Amino acid sequence: MTQREGQAWNILATVEDPEIPVISVVELGIIRSVAELNGVLKVEITPTYSGCPATQVIEDSVIEALNQAILSPFEVSTVLSPPWSTTMISESGRQKLLEYGIAPPESDSVDKQALTGEERQIPCPLCKSKNTKMVSQFGSTPCKSHFKCLDCLEPFDYFKCL
Amino acid sequence: MNELKPSDSCWFNYIHRIVFLGENRNQIDLMSEHSNLMNVALHLGDNALILGHRLGEWCGHGPVLEQDIAMTNIALDLIGKAKMYFDLAAELEGKGHDHDFFAYKRDVLDFKNLLIVELPNGEFSDTIARQFLFDQWHFLMLSELANSSNDRLKEIAQKSLKEVTYHKRWSSEWVIRLGDGTDESKAKMQEALNEIWYFSGEAFMPAEYEKGILPEGLKETWMTNVKAIVSEATLTIPEEDWMQDGGKTGIHTEHLGYILAEMQFLPRAYPDATW
Repeated sequence: MTQREGQAWNILATVEDPEIPVISVVELGIIRSVAELNGVLKVEITPTYSGCPATQVIEDSVIEALNQAILSPFEVSTVLSPPWSTTMISESGRQKLLEYGIAPPESDSVDKQALTGEERQIPCPLCKSKNTKMVSQFGSTPCKSHFKCLDCLEPFDYFKCL
Repeated sequence: MNELKPSDSCWFNYIHRIVFLGENRNQIDLMSEHSNLMNVALHLGDNALILGHRLGEWCGHGPVLEQDIAMTNIALDLIGKAKMYFDLAAELEGKGHDHDFFAYKRDVLDFKNLLIVELPNGEFSDTIARQFLFDQWHFLMLSELANSSNDRLKEIAQKSLKEVTYHKRWSSEWVIRLGDGTDESKAKMQEALNEIWYFSGEAFMPAEYEKGILPEGLKETWMTNVKAIVSEATLTIPEEDWMQDGGKTGIHTEHLGYILAEMQFLPRAYPDATW
């Protein structure tokens, strides 16, 4: 990793997701790569949900952060393949989601259950009870489902598997 | 040109098919492989854009808040897909247009979406019937396209498939819930299926430009999957097998013009307006 690449990763780690402002775009796994090529820093980002309105804001924030860190010349491009998956969220990212009150995405096996229509056991991020119920598989943003806890009765968001 | 099949009590029986016999306004050369691919990108993008717009019309009008949110979430997913397909079309066209051009600067005859996606929302059950039949096809088509030899279509399909899995689950669950529900919800769901059924076959009638690019022979699997859900919903599959078509080549119902009039008003009245 070149010095400028390292600087870019450091500055990108401070760029927050606009809708979940406790997790950085690096932790969310949407910075696909940073590579210095012939003096130009090439940054590849990948969208989470294809219609997520935050995608454009994120791209703008990435460009602004790189400009502020005086890392030009640089190019920011969008790549689709391989498609973003919730398994690309880092461990620290998952922890921050939980502390923020959003249940982080469950493992692949739960993912498969979700896709085959079985009930998911998502622990409440507040009281940790597993006695929870999905209210709707669509929530406040494209990436979340809406759940409620049947023990502490709090509604909560679940970052659904993709 | 197919005539509209008469039957009773269909809200779309009053559609007058818009037929222009004059100038062919499609300026894209249909013969080359390159423009075939562009037409496929427009067909898939137009499906996503128009259905996304229809679902967006439910915003603030859903039967309950959660379903209002569900429909607008699906609308967002679809509009995101339209953007990806239009970006590809713009690249293939090579005239410096962007995705907004394809959404806002084309007219009815240029649109290549399936007729089913432009039909009005009707009641919630009509919207569910439309979404269910479309999702079941969309999911199958994307599953095949995810192995396409064309890298660009392949990556969009792989990305879209994950989201469409959720759409299909949502619309299928609602068919079952309404069908296997109260007498009233069952009657409404059956009527909605009957009325929209004529529009479910167009997806399986390939246009010239899609041959060799989009998967074929999906109808049998689609029918098996649709039958399984419809039977779980204690409903019956309409017997009619005569199908409407035309959307893929720009021959639309009267509804598309009204959608475009609303959707395109601002960029046409204030060209190049920005926030």
